[in-house]
Amino acid sequence: MKEQAKYGFVPLEALTASPSSARQWRSAAEYLNAPVPESEQFDEAGVPISESSRRRFLGLMAGSMALAGLTGCTRQPTETIMPYVNQPENVVPGNPKYYATAVPVAGVAEGVIVESHLGRPTKVEGNPDHPASLGATCVLSQACLMDLYDPDRVKEITREGVPREWDAFEYEWTQAVGALAGQKGAGLRILSETVTSPSLGAQIQAVLKKYSGAQWHQYDPAGPHSARQAAQTVFRRSVNTYYNFADADVVLALDSDFLAFGAGSTRYAHDFSARRRRGDRLDMNRLYAIESTMTATGGKADHRLALRYVDIERAARHIAAELGAASAGSTADDPHVAWLSAAARDLRAHKGSCIVIPGEHQSPEVHALAHAMNAELGNVDKTVYYTDPIEVEPTDQVQSLRRLTEDMNAGRVQYLLMLGGNPVYNAPADFQFEKALEKVKTSVHVGLHFNETSLKTTWHIPEPHFLEDWGDTRAYDGTVTIIQPLIAPLYDSHSQLKVLDAILQWPGRSSYEIVRAYWSGKSGAQDFEQWWRKTTHDGLVTGSALPAIHPAIRNLAVPAKGTAGGALEVVFRPDVYLYDGRYANNVWLQELPRPMTKLTWDNAVFLSPATAARLGLENQGRVELRRAGASVRGSVWILPGHPDGSITVDLGWGRTHAGQTGNGAGFNAYLVRRSDAMWHGSDVELHKLDERYPLATTQMHQAMEHRPIVIHNTLEEYKNHHDLAKQKEHEPPENLTLYPHWEYRGYAWAMSIDTTACVNCQACVVACQAENNIPVVGKEQVLARRPMHWLRVDVYYEGGYQAPTAHYAPIPCMHCENAPCEVVCPTQATNHSSEGLNNMVYNRCVGTRYCSNNCPYKVRRFNFLLYQDWHDEPRNLQHNPDVTVRSRGVMEKCTYCVQRIREAEIKAEIENRPVRDGEIKTACQQVCPTEAIVFGDKNNPSNRVAKLQAESLNYSMLSDLNTRPRTTYLAELRNQNPELKKGTSA
Amino acid sequence: MAQYFSRNADTFARILIFGGASALVSVLALSYLIVRSHYETMQNVPREQPVPFSHEHHVGGLGIDCRYCHTTVEYSAFANVPPTKTCMNCHSEMWAASPTLEPVRESYRSGKSIEWTRVNDLPEYVYFNHSIHVQKGVGCTECHGRVDRMPLTWQAAPLTMEWCLDCHRHTELHIRPRDRVFSMTYSHPQNQAELGLRLVKEDHVRSSGELTSCEICHR
Repeated sequence: MKEQAKYGFVPLEALTASPSSARQWRSAAEYLNAPVPESEQFDEAGVPISESSRRRFLGLMAGSMALAGLTGCTRQPTETIMPYVNQPENVVPGNPKYYATAVPVAGVAEGVIVESHLGRPTKVEGNPDHPASLGATCVLSQACLMDLYDPDRVKEITREGVPREWDAFEYEWTQAVGALAGQKGAGLRILSETVTSPSLGAQIQAVLKKYSGAQWHQYDPAGPHSARQAAQTVFRRSVNTYYNFADADVVLALDSDFLAFGAGSTRYAHDFSARRRRGDRLDMNRLYAIESTMTATGGKADHRLALRYVDIERAARHIAAELGAASAGSTADDPHVAWLSAAARDLRAHKGSCIVIPGEHQSPEVHALAHAMNAELGNVDKTVYYTDPIEVEPTDQVQSLRRLTEDMNAGRVQYLLMLGGNPVYNAPADFQFEKALEKVKTSVHVGLHFNETSLKTTWHIPEPHFLEDWGDTRAYDGTVTIIQPLIAPLYDSHSQLKVLDAILQWPGRSSYEIVRAYWSGKSGAQDFEQWWRKTTHDGLVTGSALPAIHPAIRNLAVPAKGTAGGALEVVFRPDVYLYDGRYANNVWLQELPRPMTKLTWDNAVFLSPATAARLGLENQGRVELRRAGASVRGSVWILPGHPDGSITVDLGWGRTHAGQTGNGAGFNAYLVRRSDAMWHGSDVELHKLDERYPLATTQMHQAMEHRPIVIHNTLEEYKNHHDLAKQKEHEPPENLTLYPHWEYRGYAWAMSIDTTACVNCQACVVACQAENNIPVVGKEQVLARRPMHWLRVDVYYEGGYQAPTAHYAPIPCMHCENAPCEVVCPTQATNHSSEGLNNMVYNRCVGTRYCSNNCPYKVRRFNFLLYQDWHDEPRNLQHNPDVTVRSRGVMEKCTYCVQRIREAEIKAEIENRPVRDGEIKTACQQVCPTEAIVFGDKNNPSNRVAKLQAESLNYSMLSDLNTRPRTTYLAELRNQNPELKKGTSA
Repeated sequence: MAQYFSRNADTFARILIFGGASALVSVLALSYLIVRSHYETMQNVPREQPVPFSHEHHVGGLGIDCRYCHTTVEYSAFANVPPTKTCMNCHSEMWAASPTLEPVRESYRSGKSIEWTRVNDLPEYVYFNHSIHVQKGVGCTECHGRVDRMPLTWQAAPLTMEWCLDCHRHTELHIRPRDRVFSMTYSHPQNQAELGLRLVKEDHVRSSGELTSCEICHR
């Protein structure tokens, strides 16, 4: 029992029982109303209650006082100013510049605008003109700066570990490949990741033309393999599918996390939420989600069904059969028939205005069924679009890599050029790619990092980050962006384009010349220079989105795979932030809590309480996962809403040569992933180990003691009672306070957060981190409850542990009118501004932390240690010069991006006008794909924020405390199907 | 019974008590004085530069406008130090062989910046914005003093927070008509209080209550 209390284990049987009440909970302990486990009993500081003596305390105090006094004796060090020699036109020191470019997230573009301070890229914003962005970005685009400024990036060309010059490589490589000319290049292979870049594609094809015996292979471990296979089956050709959620009334997600992950997710989240935010909210869309693990999309669903991976295919078949799109399977005994039939009826009632979207990692059969259903429902060209593939050369990548490995083993590959990628780490385990690689005479790896694969190749060529060199890429709908660099390469690096050019011609060209030459032939413009300038300025090639095609369905008789379930199945998914492992050394992404688990710095074996109970597993206990002769060890994480008889593991972890950040974080699930089961295997065994391994989750940090944080209701009830939020809110009279009244005559900055729109993608958290110089603290500090994120997205559950409803609430500083933090500060370091901001003055703060104790929302963060990368080049190049870089011993918190307020106010005053509505966007607001966050002046009734705060759904969090927050929320609405009474069913 | 304390004990105790108290006061007074001394604030200390640039000559003597070199002062938080090219606009012709100007020519040849010593240096947590001050009628000399009389530039004001607040609390005593902002010779008239109040109103200068909010300068 003692052990149980210590690790927070709770009787699992209790979790599988039906819910006791409708209150909100966040963890097993809260769900059962159990005492807080010892491991979570920290004081506010996060330090386990210590036993040091009074004498030692006094000694330490005296010492620190003396040292603190001494710090006052330093003189400000002399600084130098180094002006330009020839100042470029338009550069104004002190004012940032913005350039349009695109982030190739796993090959697929998201258009962005990057802020640059005197040549340093410091912040990524969305490009409002780009169809994949519409001004917002996903998490991965936000965090790309930490890849650029990664201190572990490889800095020089090496040959078998010895530094060499580019010329030496060029000579050896051209000689070697030139010698193959007689055999038409047989023996030369190129292995790339998915290529959407037109110019890179042309470059590779030019090589293949010159050396007709050479072959091109592609492999992306987490790419849309199933979608490609399904397209070949159904249409007998390759297609790219994308969706238009703006016109979708009903959406059925078949294991798809389309709101928070994958190509186009930023746009999808925008369009999806726009249909939930719209004016009177009366034409709100409805989302059905069937999924094999708890995702952000599932948590948002109006109706969610947790099914095992194999059962999702059956469920999809059942719905398809009801719609008349497929022959019926054996679903008569399915306990979820009512749910599935209701969803099918709803879809049929919205022909032409619904979407069936399959998850990228679901089986080809499910994809085929989705194609069939969308065709049957008449969605094609209305909500579902088909185009030519955005890849240059779509192939079955697993087969492609298999052929390559076989040829390598057979000695048919002499020269292997790897353009990015990391197959030694992430190739299917049965290929044994590493062994095959040893048989290649000369191998070249081009990459940003010296990774597991670089270690085994002859040459490693450092690749420039996309912010350092020219390129091009396509978005989810085919829109092309010319990638323009913002900074000269930090290290001696050579792009994939350039490396290919070295074997095409001599002298080789630069990336700029290659990309320009390609587009000068393709642009079709009269005046190419003007076209080029416009295209790079706008961040996209106008009209380059691929036209819709109408592929005929050739084969609807999709064979049912009929996989036997087995006792326990395993589902592999790419990590939502590390993707296939390529972002493993990104500090921001490592520490960003995963949407539903709030885990940081680790992956885990996710399973349901019932499965854990059956296998006798406990939370955070170690298990060995065995499959087909291979095994890997990981920690167990019991996840609410996970289907029984299934485990989910995230790929991309357990790297050994990622760098100091990524090495050793999590476990490597690729070790048990084989080519016959890329996403799902039914033959997994879990063996309990007598070990524990603590996982750092932020889910239970800043507990709010069961208070109803998210007010929510159904759309139906809202239609009848518009004042729902007010009914639940208990706001004391305004004058019932000891705080003096203050009239705000000028601006009164305020924020409104729409909980109906929020999809928990957490792009706002990274955007805040980037904008406000927020440090990363590391796993140990997260375990000690000291993460520094100023903004967090809380997840609250309601209902049973096995099939809960999730609610999301982004929580920044509330900027209370009656701020409890201000009155307890002994040094007035936190106080109220004339515009109602709750200021935090770092240079006044002495670190008593009283303010944090007194904050009911727990939004204040204390710098316990020197977390900042003050002198840690190149990471410190990312710092926003408009925000103080905080030191140790200082409290900090959300400032409403006061630097942006100041900038806009000064600009407005210089132009002699008031600040316009929407002129100030906080970092979290600007990045939000769903426009859930609105900021503005609430004193001006025409401002959007004032209108939103006047809505009947508006409520203040913990309003009974009479803190009168400036940040208010719009209550969450769900559009439930009257046929299905409960929010979820399982 | 033997005496525990000698005869001198009382005197010793008195010295200790009063001496200790006065020592404490002196230490505090001394630190207060040091903190505000020119030694600490660097006020009025001419700073050595790689090139002994004289504002006295260029501004006082030749009458060059501030904005010829400090071009960004009206648009940016930062009033830039001019690029080497600006120096060379004239010095490729004038004093083109002067050994004193060799670092300038060297910079222009090599493309490496001249490393000027920063004279007016605020702490990192203070965010001063030139453009808004210039816009609201705070003259250059108000903070930088008569640079037209500085052979080597020094910091004319203490740049302490108290000094900043002094102006933010009483803007009317420090502002001037906008067209005189860049004037070196302007001095506040007899009726400054009256003129100042009028200018505050005309130019929409914020109230002292707003201007002394912490986030005006600290973020």
